[in-house]
Amino acid sequence: MHARADASDTALTWPDDIFATLERFDVRQVPYVPDAGHSKLIQRVLASSTMRGIPLTTEEEGVALLAGAWTGGQRGVLLMQSSGVGNCVNMLSLIPVLRFPFLTLVTMRGEWGEFNPWQVPMGSTTQGVLELSGIKVLRASTAAEVPAVMEAAAAQAYNALTPTAVLLSQRLIGAKVFTK
Amino acid sequence: MSKANLLDRRQVVSALLANRKDVVAIGGLGASTNDITAAGDHARNFYLWGGMGGAAMIGLGLALAQPKLPVLVITGDGEMLMGMGSLATIGLQKPSNLSIVVLDNEAYGETGGQTSHTCAAADLVGVARACGIADACAISTMAEVETFAKAVHDLSAGPRFANVKIDSANVERILPSRDGTYIVNRIRGDLGFKPI
Repeated sequence: MHARADASDTALTWPDDIFATLERFDVRQVPYVPDAGHSKLIQRVLASSTMRGIPLTTEEEGVALLAGAWTGGQRGVLLMQSSGVGNCVNMLSLIPVLRFPFLTLVTMRGEWGEFNPWQVPMGSTTQGVLELSGIKVLRASTAAEVPAVMEAAAAQAYNALTPTAVLLSQRLIGAKVFTK
Repeated sequence: MSKANLLDRRQVVSALLANRKDVVAIGGLGASTNDITAAGDHARNFYLWGGMGGAAMIGLGLALAQPKLPVLVITGDGEMLMGMGSLATIGLQKPSNLSIVVLDNEAYGETGGQTSHTCAAADLVGVARACGIADACAISTMAEVETFAKAVHDLSAGPRFANVKIDSANVERILPSRDGTYIVNRIRGDLGFKPI
């Protein structure tokens, strides 16, 4: 039923690359709304002794949480799916006003062989919505480029306070297929 | 507009912050951020002028980052209703140093006094409790406010939530700084963090 690789598959290594980068940048709070594409990374975070995984009811909660975390001296990263970007829009206004480091990792739907038409509208506007909201967008389409993209994203977000989103493309995580 | 037996918002917030010691106070968008200002500007005040629905989550992020500091969110019923899911997120994390007070005038006071959901139907104390915040209460007297203000300093027993029914009379606007970067960096500086 699913052609998509199970993202919790232990054979996948790119989620480990992401985790290693977050660890190296001393990321402590990891708010998330679950997505299949993030499931291995979420498992790593929940098993970590230095990071705290924080399940949200809606993605905008994570933007506000990261503002509070930074005020209290901690870095964080927000994990979500492309549809969640739409839920965040007004709360993203906190980022330029409060000027806290913002990094989000967005697993993409609605592109690259998408099966479900309901995912396409938000998936198609995800990058535009982020850019209109003042967030720089980087993309990883293959496992090989994940480490370099993550390094660049974390460096500019945490060192230069450049709000940054990394889009993890559906080509990377695998398109979900329910029919042949 | 004012009904009998309802508390005065300024008196409530003054009592909450009178003996604040090391408390970090977060004011939600709307009149509650002005009430915190009226009680006295402070390096550990986080004034929100936007991001409606985000006050409790800012409190959670701060409380998790600074577990030895009391963190007190003071917000309104409309702001809390918009961020109601965050009560479930907080109920799951259970930060023992976080306290939330809702100043409930049952109305959107900043936009013309339109009635809010707490006027007739929504029970925020019930919501908080059902989300796993066991210490959730409705407050109707200043004595209860003072008891709650003391409990805020108990870092082992939170999270706690109180809904305070207040008079809906408009009060003088006392406005804090609108510069968010200044507000955040002032708190960070007071906590001992250097600029990046």
